[in-house]
Amino acid sequence: MSYFSDIINGTKTLLTGMRVTGGYFFVNFFTKRDVITQQYPNNIETLEMFDRFKGEVIMLHNENNEHRCDACTLCEKACPNGSIEILGDKAKDPETGKNKRFLVKHIYHLQMCTMCGLCIEACPVNAIDWGQDFHHVEYDRSLLTKVLNKPGSKIMSGIKG
Amino acid sequence: MILNIFTDIHELLLGLMPENIVHITELVLIAVAYLGIFAILGLFLVWLERRIAAFFQFRLGPNRVGPMGLFQTVADALKLVSKELTGTEKADKFLYKIAPYFVITTALMSLSLIPFSYEIHAFDINIGLFFLTSVSSVGVLGIFLAGWASNNKYSLIGGMRTGIQMISYELSVGMAIVTMVVLAGTLQISEIVEIQKDGWLIYQGHIPAIIAFMIFMIAGTAESNRTPFDLVEAESELGAGFHTEYSGMNFAYYFLAEFVNLFLISSVAVILFFGGWLSPFGITDAIPFAGLFWFIIKVLGVIFIFMWFRWTFPRFRIDQLLTLEWKFLLPINMVNIVLMALMVWLGLTL
Ligand code: SF4
Ligand code: SF4
Repeated sequence: MSYFSDIINGTKTLLTGMRVTGGYFFVNFFTKRDVITQQYPNNIETLEMFDRFKGEVIMLHNENNEHRCDACTLCEKACPNGSIEILGDKAKDPETGKNKRFLVKHIYHLQMCTMCGLCIEACPVNAIDWGQDFHHVEYDRSLLTKVLNKPGSKIMSGIKG
Repeated sequence: MILNIFTDIHELLLGLMPENIVHITELVLIAVAYLGIFAILGLFLVWLERRIAAFFQFRLGPNRVGPMGLFQTVADALKLVSKELTGTEKADKFLYKIAPYFVITTALMSLSLIPFSYEIHAFDINIGLFFLTSVSSVGVLGIFLAGWASNNKYSLIGGMRTGIQMISYELSVGMAIVTMVVLAGTLQISEIVEIQKDGWLIYQGHIPAIIAFMIFMIAGTAESNRTPFDLVEAESELGAGFHTEYSGMNFAYYFLAEFVNLFLISSVAVILFFGGWLSPFGITDAIPFAGLFWFIIKVLGVIFIFMWFRWTFPRFRIDQLLTLEWKFLLPINMVNIVLMALMVWLGLTL
């Protein structure tokens, strides 16, 4: 008798499946309620990315234009494809009078970056993080090489160098 | 009114040339018209499938080229036309080249039997349904040849699977059709539609007709190689199956023919179960183009059900496919034919 119950059960489960997908179809056909398609590039202005989106590597700055990077070059070493170059220098610290490293330029080659995130994990002071910008289109490759520390920025006090 | 247009054209041609040449000219004109229908139908259905699939999957689908993306498939077809035709070195060149034409020729021949309305019916013979099933079975040969001639293991496996699948499910389609023919009492397509003036056959034949309809839908899905019966193509297993080695226009032929076959299966369902071009409210003759309108609406409805299947069910394994046919559909079908015959004999039809 399992022959007939198989047929009935089979039909029932198939109809259940069709009810579920049919529900999806009619909701989206008439209201487009659940549609997740982003109409890029029409919505560049309004498109919001998700918290965990990996757009590009950025350096965090506070309101006084201060960052936390002490040019330790760990991120440069961590990067598997050499997308980061740290230009640092040494100068006398006015407070302690000792020689201290400071950051001149944190150069980031977006065109080579694979968004692996190893540099961000490597940074001991959390100076760099993921940015949400997704619109990286440029006509010239060299425009994708960026300096992450803002002009005139300096290191936050309290970061050990 | 449509009839008027046709008679006008006929008389215009008669004024221009002798009668037997007019006959040949008209044949050529009809053939060209059907080629046009073939292309437009294929392109439209590909677009429809993509839009509908998108809504099932929370997407929007093609919506940039033309209004609602209608010309997207035209653009795709133009791209395919401009592509180079490639093939494997050791392919059986002759068979490899003619295989796509088997598929489109048979699809076109079957299309000529479909009555779009009372007037628009290119080829109405007394064994219409029989001819339709026989001709559309030849289309399998094109798929089989493509698999064989390509000299590629994936194509070959795809071709073999076609053989298995088609032989199995042709049986079910055929027997579901026979069930309805028992009820209708004729094989001529125009007569089958005329009989339904008092009620669609699915209503006249109630229980066995509904069973036959379900079997027809299942087997029809298998016949047109659509998911869940797309073992022939099975992208995740066989590359692209039997048409792995085809490119450019040859590939497009297969692609379009697949969708025209979907249209064919759906129109047969509409003719057999839902009254063909007849209006559900019984006012077919009054308005011009009403027959065409109702026919297209009904066919689109059935096509939607096929697409619904496709985006709901996962693909079968080959042994499940055979179990379904030989252990379930075929015995049910046989009992169903007897049941239908008994009902017609005892006058239990509505
Ligand atoms: S995300 Fe990876 S590739 Fe990109 S800069 Fe950091 S370490 Fe290099
Ligand atoms: S960003 Fe972090 S890891 Fe890279 S140099 Fe600056 S402090 Fe070191």
